[in-house]
Amino acid sequence: MSVRVGQAAKAPAFPEAASKLVRDTQLRHNVRHATNVIRTKRERVVSELADWEELREAGHAIKEHTLRYLDFYLQQFEENCSKAGGQVHWARDADEANQAIVELIKNHRGSEVIKVKTMTSDETSLNAALEAAGITPFETDLADLIVQLGDDKPSHIVVPALHRNRMEIRQLFAEKMKLGDLGERPEDLAAAARQYLRDRFLRVDIGITGANFAIAETGSVGVVESEGNGRMCVTLPSVLICLVGIEKIVPRFSDLEVFLQVLPRSATGERMNPYNSIWTGVTPGDGPQEFHVVLLDNGRTNVLADAESRETLDCIRCGACLNACPVYQQTGGHAYGSVYAGPIGAILTPQLQSMEHSQSLPYASSLCGACYEVCPVKINIPEILIHLRGKAVEQGYGPWVERTAMQVAAMVLGDGTRLAAGQKLGRLGQKFFEKQGQLSHLPGMLGRWTDFRDLNAIPEESFRDWWQRQPDRETHE
Amino acid sequence: MTVSLFITCYNDTLFPETGKAVVKVLERLGHDVEFRWAQSCCGQMHYNTGYQREALPLMRNFLRVFEDAELICVPSSSCVAMIRDHYPKMALATGDADCIQQVDAVLKKTFEFTELLIDKFGQTDVGAFYPHTVTLHPSCHSLRSLHIGDKPARLLREVRGLTLLELPDATQCCGFGGTFAVKNADVSAAMLSDKIRCVLDTGAEICAAVDNSCLMHMGGALSRQRGGVKCVHLAEILASTAADGESA
Repeated sequence: MSVRVGQAAKAPAFPEAASKLVRDTQLRHNVRHATNVIRTKRERVVSELADWEELREAGHAIKEHTLRYLDFYLQQFEENCSKAGGQVHWARDADEANQAIVELIKNHRGSEVIKVKTMTSDETSLNAALEAAGITPFETDLADLIVQLGDDKPSHIVVPALHRNRMEIRQLFAEKMKLGDLGERPEDLAAAARQYLRDRFLRVDIGITGANFAIAETGSVGVVESEGNGRMCVTLPSVLICLVGIEKIVPRFSDLEVFLQVLPRSATGERMNPYNSIWTGVTPGDGPQEFHVVLLDNGRTNVLADAESRETLDCIRCGACLNACPVYQQTGGHAYGSVYAGPIGAILTPQLQSMEHSQSLPYASSLCGACYEVCPVKINIPEILIHLRGKAVEQGYGPWVERTAMQVAAMVLGDGTRLAAGQKLGRLGQKFFEKQGQLSHLPGMLGRWTDFRDLNAIPEESFRDWWQRQPDRETHE
Repeated sequence: MTVSLFITCYNDTLFPETGKAVVKVLERLGHDVEFRWAQSCCGQMHYNTGYQREALPLMRNFLRVFEDAELICVPSSSCVAMIRDHYPKMALATGDADCIQQVDAVLKKTFEFTELLIDKFGQTDVGAFYPHTVTLHPSCHSLRSLHIGDKPARLLREVRGLTLLELPDATQCCGFGGTFAVKNADVSAAMLSDKIRCVLDTGAEICAAVDNSCLMHMGGALSRQRGGVKCVHLAEILASTAADGESA
């Protein structure tokens, strides 16, 4: 079995990628603008709900319960989905999922598929597998279409083309759709996309979608969206294939009461998604006549095995943590090298694939806690980041300079007397660098501080020395 | 009651004036203050960077030093967050019943400086005089771990002569994040430049916070840019009186 998260294993480390991206002024502007708009809308609709905190608790509780009994609910889902006429396939990793999907399409002699709402297929690199098998995938979600036409990568789990602005999209559409006189109003762009996609919707007979929820009690699958293109994908083709991560299971239909309140508010700042599609099995003469669900593990059971971080799988992919994250706001999603960007990506990617290829991700956070504050299912992302940092260090990924510095620091900070000695040494050492009470050029790792900021010099007298000098004060042991 | 000051390692070393100010405020309010020499560091830097094994002896030292203290005052919200959020988990992991019990006991008497003044002593007016325009950066840990809310602002509003100016996008992180500032220096700098822009936009002379770590970060950029704004720990503002004149 080989777990793979898109191209994340080959991506550069976060600091290097981020260092380039923060210099891209257009990107910075686009990301800042888009995240601010969504955050403002989210805050408004969240503040309307008096029971928001209770909803978060409930969402967390449902997810924790489901994960504890995931084996049971997965089998219940399979049973009920099959009873309703669906077919369930199990995939241990990305390749197994892709092979299963390619085979299903080949069975129908398909050469084209329409796709919608499936980040998970980016995780498995499904499009590449389809193309290798001579099958053309058409992304039909507007943002995914922008990404596909631009030969780009998604930068956000809900708004994959968030890093692009309207004028860039107009340029792209005009070129790829050969529309020289395309206008620049949002309506013009939407009309162009509609025209382009309508032809595919009517022509292509196999649809691939992801899932927001897979309901164990009924065997149903649900997708929420804003455009209606998802509705087209799940109703028009005669064959429908859903790629579903095993953590997408919810036990009961009534659990959606919670998730359909918190998800749209957190994701797009809407009270309700314009399109909520939930379907069960096959209905003769109505909608797809063949329905397949591919249940994907691809490292999820590894995440489940670690009690300290398994709540990562609670995630309902709303993207609120990305919009709230001050790191994401500066870099956008590409810096994370994974289909899963932002704080949730920083904890999910290293857990799905090995730490070896993603050791820099748990460090891509200032631990400010904004992600935890907005998470609609209360995933304590900062705690998990710290836990994963511990794992990275334990597995020997800490740079040796850092390891040495940390060990020396631990020794110096061991007790008050050693700290006092360390303070004296520091005062001596800084003599070479000090200018008017500030250090502006320091060597080595500290140079990365002084590249951008001064550091105030260690004053002549520490607090403890001052205290000891006071005649009327007694120093306790 | 005697208040035992946990000055924290970086305040002890880099910001002794903050410690002196805490002592001054508490004594002015009629409390006895003690300082225990053997204290050092809470272990936050090690713990948050993934060196959790190295953080453990630092926690044990803290527990040893403060075991029999009556009240512990900490002028740093991120160190309090370390103690409150992580010590219980660290103690549990040791499997040592004494250690678990010690943490439990110490948590009940550990207060961040503004928590101590308001929650424990019920005091918002500490008799300070500070004739300056001040903006307040609510540090992430004070806001999202300690949930101290508007306590720092309430204390500042009672200071005579002080004009408090609202900081735009106040709850945004300044980009310090401990070792984050060097491990992800470019992103940290980008976050910092946003924060500095907001600070400068207020037109305040002074930027205050309950954490010198954020202030060191912001102050470092303001110094480099010759920004003309000084960063001052809230305790130092509360310590100033009319008698100090312009010495603040």
